[in-house]
Amino acid sequence: MWQIWILPILLMGTCVLLSIPVGLYLAWVMEGRYRAPRWVQRLEHWLNTGEQNWKQYSLALLTFNVVIFLVGFAILALQPWLPLNPDGKKMLAPTTIFNTACSFLTNTNLQHYAGEVHLSYFSQLFFICWKQFVTPAIGLCALVAILRGLRGDPHMGNFYVDLWRGVVYVFLPLAFVVAILLMVTGVPMTLEGNATVPTLEPGAMGTTPEGSPVQQEIARGPVAAIVAIKQLGTNGGGFFGTNSCHPYENPNSWSSFLSCLCIILIPMASLVMFGKMLNNFKHAAVIFGVMFVLSAATVIWAIYHDSLAPNPGLLAHAERSYDIPDPTSAEQERRLTLPAMAGLPVDQSLGNLEGKELRFGTSAGPTWAAFTTNTSNGSVNAMHDSLNPLAGLTPLGGMWLNCIWGGVGVGLINFLIYLVVGVFLAGLMVGRTPEYLGKKVEAREMKLAMLALLIHPLLILGPAGVFAASDWGLRSMNNPSAHGFSEVLYEFSSASANNGSGFEGLADTYGFNANENPGPFAIQWDLATGLVMLIGRFVPIIAPLAIAGSLAAKKPTPFTSGTMRTDTITFGFVLLGTVLLVGALLFLPAAVLGPLAEHFGPLPFGG
Amino acid sequence: MVNTTVPGSSAGEIPTPEQLKLTRRASRRSGLFAPELMRAAFKQSLIMLRPDIQWKNPVMFVVEIGTILSIVATLATMLGYQSQVRITYLLALDVWLFLTVLFANFATALAEARGKAQADSLRKTRRETLAHRLKDNGDVEEVGSSSLQKGDRVVVTAGQVIPGDGEILEGVASVDESAITGESAPVIREAGGDRSGVTGGTRVLSDRIVVRITAGAGHSFLDRMIALVEGATRQRTPNEIALSLVLSAFTLIFLIVTVALWPMARNAELYMKDYLGTPRPVASLGTDIPTLVALLVCLIPTTIGALLAAIGIAGMDRALRANILAKSGKAVEVAGDIDTLLLDKTGTITVGNRRATQFIAVGDYTVLQLGELAALASVADQTPEGKSIVELYLKQPPDNSSGPRSVSSVRLETMVPPGSRFIEFTAQTRMSGIDLNDGRSIRKGAPDAVIKHIQQLQGTLPERLAQQVEAVASRGATPLLVCEGNKLAGLVVLEDVLKPGMRERFERLRRMGLRTVMVTGDNPLTAKAIAEQAGVDDYIAQATPEAKLAYIRKEQAAGKLVAMMGDGTNDAPALAQADVGVAMNSGTQAAKEAGNMVDLDSDPTKLIEVVEIGKQLLMTRGALTTFSIANDLAKYFAIVPALFAATLPWLKTFDVMNLHSATSAILSAVIFNAIIIPLLIPIALKGVTYRPVGADALLRRNLLLWGLGGVIVPFVGIKLIDVALVTLHLVS
Repeated sequence: MWQIWILPILLMGTCVLLSIPVGLYLAWVMEGRYRAPRWVQRLEHWLNTGEQNWKQYSLALLTFNVVIFLVGFAILALQPWLPLNPDGKKMLAPTTIFNTACSFLTNTNLQHYAGEVHLSYFSQLFFICWKQFVTPAIGLCALVAILRGLRGDPHMGNFYVDLWRGVVYVFLPLAFVVAILLMVTGVPMTLEGNATVPTLEPGAMGTTPEGSPVQQEIARGPVAAIVAIKQLGTNGGGFFGTNSCHPYENPNSWSSFLSCLCIILIPMASLVMFGKMLNNFKHAAVIFGVMFVLSAATVIWAIYHDSLAPNPGLLAHAERSYDIPDPTSAEQERRLTLPAMAGLPVDQSLGNLEGKELRFGTSAGPTWAAFTTNTSNGSVNAMHDSLNPLAGLTPLGGMWLNCIWGGVGVGLINFLIYLVVGVFLAGLMVGRTPEYLGKKVEAREMKLAMLALLIHPLLILGPAGVFAASDWGLRSMNNPSAHGFSEVLYEFSSASANNGSGFEGLADTYGFNANENPGPFAIQWDLATGLVMLIGRFVPIIAPLAIAGSLAAKKPTPFTSGTMRTDTITFGFVLLGTVLLVGALLFLPAAVLGPLAEHFGPLPFGG
Repeated sequence: MVNTTVPGSSAGEIPTPEQLKLTRRASRRSGLFAPELMRAAFKQSLIMLRPDIQWKNPVMFVVEIGTILSIVATLATMLGYQSQVRITYLLALDVWLFLTVLFANFATALAEARGKAQADSLRKTRRETLAHRLKDNGDVEEVGSSSLQKGDRVVVTAGQVIPGDGEILEGVASVDESAITGESAPVIREAGGDRSGVTGGTRVLSDRIVVRITAGAGHSFLDRMIALVEGATRQRTPNEIALSLVLSAFTLIFLIVTVALWPMARNAELYMKDYLGTPRPVASLGTDIPTLVALLVCLIPTTIGALLAAIGIAGMDRALRANILAKSGKAVEVAGDIDTLLLDKTGTITVGNRRATQFIAVGDYTVLQLGELAALASVADQTPEGKSIVELYLKQPPDNSSGPRSVSSVRLETMVPPGSRFIEFTAQTRMSGIDLNDGRSIRKGAPDAVIKHIQQLQGTLPERLAQQVEAVASRGATPLLVCEGNKLAGLVVLEDVLKPGMRERFERLRRMGLRTVMVTGDNPLTAKAIAEQAGVDDYIAQATPEAKLAYIRKEQAAGKLVAMMGDGTNDAPALAQADVGVAMNSGTQAAKEAGNMVDLDSDPTKLIEVVEIGKQLLMTRGALTTFSIANDLAKYFAIVPALFAATLPWLKTFDVMNLHSATSAILSAVIFNAIIIPLLIPIALKGVTYRPVGADALLRRNLLLWGLGGVIVPFVGIKLIDVALVTLHLVS
């Protein structure tokens, strides 16, 4: 069984190696050292509105986001009347348009629709693909601006220039290369409508009332272009509803490997850029190490509990009894007996195979599940709903921490929030006013950091609680018990972490506006997750920008032997401890009620 | 052995009665939980329950609101509302939640009470005394000290108490300052110069002085300090504000976690109802409001929230115990961040004055002859240097070549032939000496002065003289030349004597991350040599007040925080510029006004202690916060399985402590959370141990002790409490 470890080791190894040149390239480009051809430079010059402080930078960022939100909303709303609609897609429900506009604005790519069913090629290219290029670049801009603040630059750069560099010099060339490679593996790239083909076995798709066999409609489109940027930009919103499980998005194990590599490549390379821009590779290496350990732990956990463990729902279970307190009965106690279960005659020697695409190999699903939620990517090549309950902790945990590699730019920004909290507590313990990179961390910085920290649990636990205890959630779940709770919890975790992957199994799709049989509470889901995505995106970007602005204005403190070093193993443990402890304290009860209660409770639930 | 824990223990100009000071401090310390303090603190902690006062501590305010909520739920149950839990459980929760608030208030109140006790002992020196106010026409009128105004002049004669802080305008007096400093040896205070400041409440032992009052009644240093330690005017320091913010935010986060748990528990109740087929949802503690309040109280950082104010007050108090009056809490906190220490050479690094250590004879003179000449020239010289020359001569071994010499017990005065004439040192000649009755004229003085003197008398100078003088100076010593008539007899080497243990102490400071800078009036050559011997990092030679100020500004421009100590009026600008300026109590009023601390002992090594107090203050906050938050993990393991014992009994797997029952688990966690507060009061008041081992080692140590310890301790504590509750049959 050792072979199943080859894939994750090869993936992480390749990615670490690639992250160094890519990271140096990122720093080179974002610092403006790349000299573009003259006509390109003229465009860049035209965009440059001058140096901005953190407030101007944030304002520019927010303004730009408002504009692209409105444009995106308009594109989706006008879909039926726009070109490149060979299959005549109609208009989506208004709440779904709002949700989708929010989702792709915030780099989340949560999809309350199925791409091949509900979107025209125009929407796919000029809404989905466009947003997928722009929004990761916005995250990258925010990170670069923050790094300029941290190293004490008088200005944080210019948002529009940074955005131009991110989109044109970083994502376009990289996505072009990846798209070509994907096409080589067999991913389609066409603007032709659905292919209509006779099935091999006549009548396999049923027969028409006249008795002739129904022909198969095969969805296709400009898939390679979208998949490339979907993975590189930690977007995750696929062309097809089933995302990278679909054979046209992800035909074979090579495309799977390439896609998985692209998921973590830029978030990982951001750390190299961090080291280069701050000229402090040792400090970057410590953060890199902490993230690597956390990332490896989530991969190992998922593989161990999924690829090396059988599906507990298919196993035999002995009878178990519990005495539970019950003041409503006379004896004050009730005996709860879980009946014995016979195992199903299924060969489970390859682990839990439910929901996996075997063409990728058995450990590809859990590995991808870990990486796609470490980062805020959210594409899937296996159904997370079908992961063993314990293995399901990996994607949930990744989204709860939301800082292991993380989304492009924003992942490292989230990590900096944990870092500031860790620096504050550990810094006090060496008997000095806490300082980070030579700047004192005081009340203002802590106020902003704690604001960014508390937004995430608020946005996950609050709505998850409301939906789990009301009909909105209870009647949308497709599974009873703790698994249903996990579905609700997962949806909001995914929205708040701007991840976009789904546990699936939730009836949260409304579909076209004309749909007569939508998910019963699809409107509530659309609106709630839409708002969660918006708040979960912008507060954790603006607050750290403000922190960086505030730190930049401070006089640097010289380094002495009394200063806490941020480039040591000890500091690595401080970071690891902070992330794990704070993460555990915030989400432990939810984790216990979701995956853990499912694992230790009766399986399958309800008989 | 040098006692490193009590800086300021090294011998000063006037030998410090080390023992006295130590015993005095020990006696103050013993009263950590003195009964009268406990009583006062208990009363105060009840008063602090008033919501408008409790509000100032947001963490404990939340606990108070939770307690009220829990009590309301208990009353409702008593009045007949259906509840899933027993009334005894609810009552026990109410009591322990209430105790949590009370313990927190008690910690703050106890720290304040100790401050007050300290203030009271200081206030005893402020009792109303009779002042002899000098009217403009020269008459003296008797008034009470409390009616003195700033600018009044008062006459104080031997045996009288000085009525207020002030500056001596006329006269010299020996003053007993033991009431403030605890130092029994009287000190000399005189008009003009740097020793003109006097403190109200001290007693003049001899002579008569005229004092100009510089602080009106109620505005003196002591008054301000008393107000600070009493907590009345206590302002929260920047770091304390930042930490309070963090604690409030954590409280808010855990409020979110706890509130969201109710619907989540409800969800479990609903699907278990379907699973079990019961008519009504199965009730679990997860939807029981008092239990959720208990969970919230256990999760929010009550431990540090309870002790935060006490830590701050105790920091001021510790400074006061070290006989340092800080003008604000901020000054003490900033002391922990100091990067550079400016230390005066004399009295701090070296023992008072230079001492003669060697005679270097030139020409035909022997060492003993030179010694005799030097001693004769110094007989009348009452300066410490002069005395040391005589002492050195008397210690010289007998020289056989020049015949038998009088034994050292012979008094030098007997060697001086009658009729000799002493020549006093003057600023013009810069020499002193003696003209003997046999016509010999002996002079000693600075090299250039003596060389000029010899050249005027047409004497010759040895060729190597310049080299010799240079050699002595370059090792940090001061050469004096001695001549007999126009013949040069040799050199006397005067050397600074380092205080014992200074090198180690500077090494310790370096490990703390502090740079030490020696400030001296010596020439650069001498300063460099002494700096090397003492092991300081830098020095300012030929220091003028301007040079000090410039140095401080230069350091601050590089982002460093600078501490210095000074006593003279000319130190005032530098004291004001420094981030921590400690003025000596013996110093001038201007110096005291400029600095942000006053050292009552006037001990130059006190700076080191100030820095340690500041660091200890910050460390205690960090350690207890980490401990408080790390504690939560174990509480989850106790409480979460208990919350769902009725709905999801399989979660018992997480009950790693194997607690007796759901209610005993929750009670144990709440009780642990409450009693950890009084248990940690001593640490909050005394501060965690600071070791000068460098930031990394310190961090590792504190992380293991308070971080890892904070994770492990509650597992043990909660289990022990659970066992105790079961043993005492207090839980079902």
